[in-house]
Amino acid sequence: MNLPFFATDFSRDFDAVRSQMDEMFRNLGLPSNLRSFNRGTFPALNVGGTDETIEVVMFAPGVDPANLQVTIDKGLLSVSGERQRPELPERDVVTVYAEERPAGKFRRIVELPQEADPDRVEAHYKDGCLRVSVHKRESSKPRLVQVQ
Amino acid sequence: MNRGTEVAVQERPTHTPTKTRAPEPLPLSPAVDIFEDATGITLFVDMPGVSKDRLDVRVEADRLFLEGRAAIEVPEGFVLYHAEVRESAYRRSFVLGPELDTDAIEANLKDGVLTLRIPRLQKACPRRIEIKTSTS
Repeated sequence: MNLPFFATDFSRDFDAVRSQMDEMFRNLGLPSNLRSFNRGTFPALNVGGTDETIEVVMFAPGVDPANLQVTIDKGLLSVSGERQRPELPERDVVTVYAEERPAGKFRRIVELPQEADPDRVEAHYKDGCLRVSVHKRESSKPRLVQVQ
Repeated sequence: MNRGTEVAVQERPTHTPTKTRAPEPLPLSPAVDIFEDATGITLFVDMPGVSKDRLDVRVEADRLFLEGRAAIEVPEGFVLYHAEVRESAYRRSFVLGPELDTDAIEANLKDGVLTLRIPRLQKACPRRIEIKTSTS
């Protein structure tokens, strides 16, 4: 059966409105549905930098740092890992009221700018945030040319 | 949302700059997992970037408040290019039932995940009643 209605911009707009409403209510701190889920990708990331480095921060709480793989290949920074479901002690019947926290395997890839130096990368995991610092190439830094 | 403050400011017939307070940024609502078993409720809360000293868990009357502030060390001269997480404050609250023991809540923070254990009151725990039989 052909359902062109669901492929139109109208339904996409509708989805956008709904997700925006969802976000709005969540962010307002209003009692939102416990069963609603985060639409975002996991882990969320912020990218910034200084004159010396490019900084990528991934918000990946509750991940064992030993399970995190950070690789750089052809200018692509890739972070993959796995987040386990919380371990519950084997008690009697457990009722689940909310499962908003994403679990399972994840991977996120960031394209690094040309000046990134793949040989000088540092990664730190603290308080559930993975911070990857990629140094910029010496040759790409601004420098003063002496006039002779 | 209807934020009508701009119009109100413009209509004021004064030329002196009006003191407008910057709107308080809305805190993020952290994702949670909530499980209940016979002896209590376990909560897992995602609060990446929050350390123990920036986390506040408190109970007021029958409400449980979770508040935290994320902080990430950045080098000097840092400029943000792309942000999926725009706020650093987390806030969420829950209503606790009367059968829960609010004095015995245990909180544990590890790798940005807050784990809360809220036990039931002893008298609210299910117990089996022994049945005596009178023989003779």
